[in-house]
Amino acid sequence: MTQISVPWQPTQPVRYGLLSRPIVGVAVFIYRMAAPFVRRFPGPILIGAVVGVCLIVWLHALTYAYVDARILGAASVSADPAAAISWTSPGTWGLPPSTVAALIESAGGPAAAWSSILGYLLWPLQFSLTRDLLGLGGLFGLFNLIPIYTIWWERKVAGRIQSRLGPMRVGGWHGWSQSVADGIKLILKEDLIPDGADRILFRAAPYFALVPAGLAFLALPFGAAYVFRELDVALVFILGVLGIEVVGIIMAGWASNNKWSVYGAMREACQMVSYEIPMGMALLIPVVSVGSLSLSVIGEAQSEGWFSWLVFSNPFTFVAFVAYFIASLASCKRAPFDLPEAESELVAGFHTEYSGLRWAFFFFAEYAVMFIVGGLASILFLGGWNSPFPASWGASWSDGILMQGLKGLVFNGPIWFVAKCVFFLYVQIWLRWTLPRIRIDQVLYACVQVLLPLTMLLLLGNTLWVWASMSDSPAWAGVDRIVTYGLGLIGLAFALMFPAIAAYGFYFRRRLVGNLVQDAMPGS
Amino acid sequence: MHQAISTVNPMADTTIEFEAAPDVLIDLDRSEQGDLRTEEMLINMGPQHPSTHGVLRIVLRTDGEMVLEAIPHIGYLHRCAEKIGENLPPYQYIPYTDRMDYLAGMNNNQGFALAVEKLKGIEVPARAQAIRVIFAELNRIASHLVSLGTYGLDMGAFTPFLYCFREREMILDLFEAACGARLTYSYLTIGGTTQDLPEGWVERCREFLDYFEPKITDYNNLLSFNHIFVKRTGRVGVISLEDAIAFGLTGPVLRASGIRWDLRKIMPYDGYEKYEFDVPIGQAGGTREIPHGIEVGDCWSRYYVRVLEMTQSIRIVRQAMDQLPSGDFVAPKVKNLKLPDDEVYVEVENPRGQLGFYVRGDGSAIPSRVKARGPSFCNLSITSHICRNIMLADVPAIIGSIDVVMGEVDR
Repeated sequence: MTQISVPWQPTQPVRYGLLSRPIVGVAVFIYRMAAPFVRRFPGPILIGAVVGVCLIVWLHALTYAYVDARILGAASVSADPAAAISWTSPGTWGLPPSTVAALIESAGGPAAAWSSILGYLLWPLQFSLTRDLLGLGGLFGLFNLIPIYTIWWERKVAGRIQSRLGPMRVGGWHGWSQSVADGIKLILKEDLIPDGADRILFRAAPYFALVPAGLAFLALPFGAAYVFRELDVALVFILGVLGIEVVGIIMAGWASNNKWSVYGAMREACQMVSYEIPMGMALLIPVVSVGSLSLSVIGEAQSEGWFSWLVFSNPFTFVAFVAYFIASLASCKRAPFDLPEAESELVAGFHTEYSGLRWAFFFFAEYAVMFIVGGLASILFLGGWNSPFPASWGASWSDGILMQGLKGLVFNGPIWFVAKCVFFLYVQIWLRWTLPRIRIDQVLYACVQVLLPLTMLLLLGNTLWVWASMSDSPAWAGVDRIVTYGLGLIGLAFALMFPAIAAYGFYFRRRLVGNLVQDAMPGS
Repeated sequence: MHQAISTVNPMADTTIEFEAAPDVLIDLDRSEQGDLRTEEMLINMGPQHPSTHGVLRIVLRTDGEMVLEAIPHIGYLHRCAEKIGENLPPYQYIPYTDRMDYLAGMNNNQGFALAVEKLKGIEVPARAQAIRVIFAELNRIASHLVSLGTYGLDMGAFTPFLYCFREREMILDLFEAACGARLTYSYLTIGGTTQDLPEGWVERCREFLDYFEPKITDYNNLLSFNHIFVKRTGRVGVISLEDAIAFGLTGPVLRASGIRWDLRKIMPYDGYEKYEFDVPIGQAGGTREIPHGIEVGDCWSRYYVRVLEMTQSIRIVRQAMDQLPSGDFVAPKVKNLKLPDDEVYVEVENPRGQLGFYVRGDGSAIPSRVKARGPSFCNLSITSHICRNIMLADVPAIIGSIDVVMGEVDR
């Protein structure tokens, strides 16, 4: 046969990344198995998932405590497993499984057969390496789940705000697996790098944005004991690693060889660098109040219920909370500060040229950072993992196991922390779909001329307030108490306003949207 | 109204100093001022860009975030619309006028039909005139809704866009009920309309107007008086009255600069003189109605004039439906016309400004020349004049407030 030359370029085979096919295969398999059940029983599965996660978290804490106190403690090994047993000291393999089983039995555990199985199961938990690996696995799963479900949720909320439905198809129940399907699509997309791009920087940039967001989770406490690494400078660590993210974005903008991308990168750089100052100042205010940079200590200092939360501590912290929230919006580039990716001006900003998984990495980083700034706000101002109820209502070791679990679930613990973070995520989403975008000169004006002097004043005022509180004057203590309760009641009014407004909107939705729309809506 | 026009009389004796656009390529690597060396950048906005409303291409000469110069390039949507008009009988050309300003098809149909009617001397029945007014005004509302929504989108507010389109869908439903089409209607045709109104249409339209009128307050609360929105659009892209007239701007863009110039008042056609309505103009801020930081002729004024015009359109539609006469909906024998050897130029007030049609007949059924004067085209011409030394984010604000439809610019 003769060679036929065609005037167009021959189609080239699509190049997939090495891992794309297997990852997608596994995801599709899981999805096909799970989807029919979710479609049939959405409510029970949702509730079951929440309760299940809480149970797993609680069981994990219980197991660790059991291993530390009953086994290692009984064997009179040091209670700190990291100090006593380590893979790095040869010859130390910890207690053999048989000893562990014997200890369990002697401590009133189950019968011999079960104890030996338990012995083998609990044996690895005496090593810090095992615990680290388990913790990392949990954090990695969380790091993946948070963006996936925040994106889905954002699309649902945006849909409701805009009087439409949002994703409804994928997975059957309110599009619950829309983000998973999007992820599969993004993984399978062709790996595109524009001609003229700096290939090395272009490929490296998404990781510079993604990894800092993941690192911040290492020091973010989800509860009094639920932190991967207890750092005494956790706040500084988190602010520091979040600052690295801007490097990835500048790299992405520069390496794309696209003028719009450069604009996005420059805007991001100037916005983040300027807003980190008021944000840091606002974060110093609770630090001054508590006297520690450790997030766990700051969180535990607010365990006495609603009125002990730092946001109600004095008027300066109250305003600082608002200032921090505005600055945090700017530093995680959410509306109305989403200039780096302003689609009406800069097409898509710094990720204009990105597609597929690399683009998804930027998205992941953005949503993870949203969660982290929300988490910082709730730990530093809103009591972290503490419920609005006093700590004395919470779980204690003297309760029975069931009571401990129940109280831990309701009165304090990670579920409160996650709930507060979700509230902050919701507020960020809500603002994004309501407000227009501001201009770069207005962004910098708001930072340099408004927020920066304001937070400086607040820091000074709060420091004076704390200094005054250190004196033992009963008159001042009374003033402090009155101010705290007043602010607490204002906060309570705000907190009750949200469900009230939501209920109003739900009750009068026909009046808000109008009969013509309501009649045209599906299912009416 | 007429007195106000004659006292101002801005048409007389206005001059404009036209600065020739400096060659953009000359001083690209210009500035060595101060201690920091900056470079200017040429950047292409469009033809594929989210905020150029179609296929407008603007070449920006920027210095950092500042835009020193913006030069629009057009012609990406040229479809020989005028030439087609010189090869078809007028009755068959009506569908092509839909596709010029595709957001205001009814008004385009009306403009061309009026031109041919004037050339041929056709008397349009009173009922047809009233129906035309109703549909032209409804289409004005629909077009302004698109303008409002996409302007919010340009400013980064997504939600008003969806609200505006929700209401626009209902107008399109009404149009579909009347003529079967939702975008390219070809409903208002030479001599009247293609069909009469269907049964119950007027009641349905009243229901819609009752629903729609309070929604304008919603848009105002959500977008117009939003502090950020006012800050973004107030005192941006100010067009002085002299400039507006010198560049031949019409429609809301001209009225925002502070003159009550509306063809529906000045040269009423299709019985507009029978209806009572106001012509909103741009006003300076600081009063009870207009927020602080607004100048006559800035982006916010142009936006807000459209909002106010929707209210006036509702008034007109209500009046037209109240006094809707019975009778024929189309004049007899309009399909195969022999055009006289004469020429005619007719302008109508489109949502975007004055749409003019020049038609010249030569005794045959096919006109020998058809020329359209598109308001978007003339309004767009001021872009490079006002897009000087502004922020990059102001470019979408200005383009969006001028509200061009590229189908009409390129034709």
